[in-house]
Amino acid sequence: MSETPPNAGTGADDAGGARAATARGIGASWLRKPANAIGFGLFALVVAAGLLAPLIAPYDPGFIAIRDRLEPPSLTGGHLLGTDHLGRDIFSRMLYGARVSVIVGASVVVLSSLIGIAIGLFGGYSRRFGNFLMRIIDGVMAFPEIVFALALIAALGSSLTNVIIALTFVYVPRVARVVHACTLALRNQEFVLAAEALGGGTLRVAVRHILPNTLGPVVVQGTFIFAYAVISEASLTFLGVGLPPGTASWGVILAEGRNYLLDAPWITTFPGLAIFLLVLNLNILGDGLRDLLDPRSRKLL
Amino acid sequence: MWAFIVRRLGGMLVTMFIISTLVFIITNVVPGSPAALILGEDRTPDQVAALNRELGLDRSVPVRYVQWLGDLLTGNFGTSYYNDNSVASVIAGRLEPTLILTVTAAILAVAIGIPLGIVAAVYQGTRLDYAAMVVALIGAALPNFWLGLLLILLFALYWSVFPAAGYVSVFDAPADSWRYLVLPAITLGASHAGVIARMARANLLEVMSADYLRTARSKGVRERQVILGHALRNSMIPTFGVVGVALALMIGGSIVTEAVFAIPGVGRLLIESVLRRDFPMIQGVILLIALLVALVNLAVDIVYAILDPRIRYE
Repeated sequence: MSETPPNAGTGADDAGGARAATARGIGASWLRKPANAIGFGLFALVVAAGLLAPLIAPYDPGFIAIRDRLEPPSLTGGHLLGTDHLGRDIFSRMLYGARVSVIVGASVVVLSSLIGIAIGLFGGYSRRFGNFLMRIIDGVMAFPEIVFALALIAALGSSLTNVIIALTFVYVPRVARVVHACTLALRNQEFVLAAEALGGGTLRVAVRHILPNTLGPVVVQGTFIFAYAVISEASLTFLGVGLPPGTASWGVILAEGRNYLLDAPWITTFPGLAIFLLVLNLNILGDGLRDLLDPRSRKLL
Repeated sequence: MWAFIVRRLGGMLVTMFIISTLVFIITNVVPGSPAALILGEDRTPDQVAALNRELGLDRSVPVRYVQWLGDLLTGNFGTSYYNDNSVASVIAGRLEPTLILTVTAAILAVAIGIPLGIVAAVYQGTRLDYAAMVVALIGAALPNFWLGLLLILLFALYWSVFPAAGYVSVFDAPADSWRYLVLPAITLGASHAGVIARMARANLLEVMSADYLRTARSKGVRERQVILGHALRNSMIPTFGVVGVALALMIGGSIVTEAVFAIPGVGRLLIESVLRRDFPMIQGVILLIALLVALVNLAVDIVYAILDPRIRYE
C-alpha cells in the first residue's frame, strides 16, 4: 500500500499525465480478461437499460390492459416477455425495474461510501473514538443486515427514500471498517510520516495522502454493496415492506407474480433471473476489481 | 481457557448492549407516534393522548430507555401493541420452526459446500475446479426468495414431490415433517453452500503451499495423505469460522424463506409485526435474533480456541 495506486493521481503535472496513461494501459489489460469484460459489459447494459427505460420500453409500465392478461412471452405477439395479471407488459416493467435497482444500488453505494469513509478516517485518527466505533461496527456487522433494515423501515415507513436510508445505514459499517483498517495501516507508512514531518496538517494529510489510498478497497466494497443492496431491496419489497406495490421494480413484479406461479411462471422468472444475473455479475466484477485494486486483501476477505 | 471464555462473554454482553440501544433508538425516535398509527385515520387527539399514556409513551425518551433496559434485565419484554399478549410468550411459540429450519439449512450448506471446496482445491486449475467454482458462484448469487419460488414451481406444483408451503412440527408428526423442510432448507442453504465452498477452497489452497507440507512431501508422504492428514485439518479452522458466520446470517435469511414457504416462525412474526407497527414485538424479535447470533459467535470463538490454542492468547 506504500505506492500510490495509478488511479489516485492528482493529474496536475507531467507525472500525472504519465500515470493516466499507465492507468489506461492497466485498465485495458484488465478488460482483456473475459470475466472482467463480461462483468463490466453486463453491468453497463443494466445501467443503460435503466437509464434509457422511457425510450426503449414499448409500453407504459403501469399501462393496464385486462383483456391481455397473463399472456405468455412471444417474439411476435407484442409482449416480448409476456404480461402480468393486469395485462401490463413485463418487458417494459423490467426496464423500469432496472432503473429502480440501479437507483437504489447507486444511491446506497454512494451514500454509504461517503459516510463510511468519513467515519473510518476519523476512527483511524482518534484512538478512543476508533475503538468505540469498531465495537459498534462489529456489533452491527455480526448481525443479519435485513433485520436492521426491517426495524428502520418499520420506524420510517415504506418508500424508495426510506429503503435507501435503511440500506445505507446497514452498509456504512462495511465501508467504515475497510477505511479504518487502511487508515491504521497507512498512518505509519513513510510517505505519511514524511508529509506530517513537512508540516502537513492532520486534515490535509488525511484527505490528500491517506484517503486516495483507501479508495481502491472502497471501490471493491462498493461493488459488493451494490449487489447486496439490489438483493436486499428486492427481498424487502418481496416481503411487502420495501417499495409500494404500484412501483415497477423487480421485487414488486416477483411478489405480484407469485400468486400466478403455476399459470404464468414467466412473471416471476424474468425479474428473478435479472436480479440473479446482476448480482452474479457484480460479484464477478468485484472479484476482478479486487485483484486489480486491492490485491492484499484477497486473503483477508 | 476460562479467561478467554470470560473475555468473550464480556464482549458478547457489550455487543448485546449496543444492539439493544440501537434497536431502542430506531424504534423510539420515530417521526409519527405509534398511537396515531394504531388508531388509524379517524382518531381524535384525546384518544391518541390516552393511548400514549396507556402505552407509557407520554414519558421522555431517556426515562423510557432506562425503564426498558431494566425490564429487559428482569426478563420482561413487554406486551404486544396488536393484542395484549406477552412478547416473550408469543416469540417462544414461534421459535421452533425457525431453529429447525436454520440448523437443517446449515447442515445442508456444510455438507455441500465443504466437499465442493475441497474437490476444487485438490484439483486446482482443472475443469473440475472450474465447474465447482461456477456452481459456487451461482449459488452465492441466487436470491433466495426466487430460488424458493422456482423450487415450489418445479418440485411442488409440477412434480408434486414435496409440499409447496407450510410447516409440520417434528414433535407432532416425525415421519411427515421432513418433507416440509426439504425445499425451505435448500432455499436457505444454497447461497451459503456457495460461499462456504469458495472459502473452503481458498483456505485449503493457502495451507497447501505451507512449508510443513513441502517437508511432508519431500519425506515421501503420499499426496493423498498430505492432503487428508495434514492440509485438510489445518484448513478447516478458518473454514469453521466461515460456517459460524453463515449460520448467523442464515438466522436473518430465514425471514425471507419463512415468507416464501409460509412457515410460522420468528421471521414471519417479525414481518407481521413490522406491517402492524407492533414495536414491542419488533424489539423482542430483533433482540432474540441478536442473542442467537451472539451465541453462535461465542460458540464459534470457543471451538476456535479449542482447535487452535494460539487464538486464546491474542
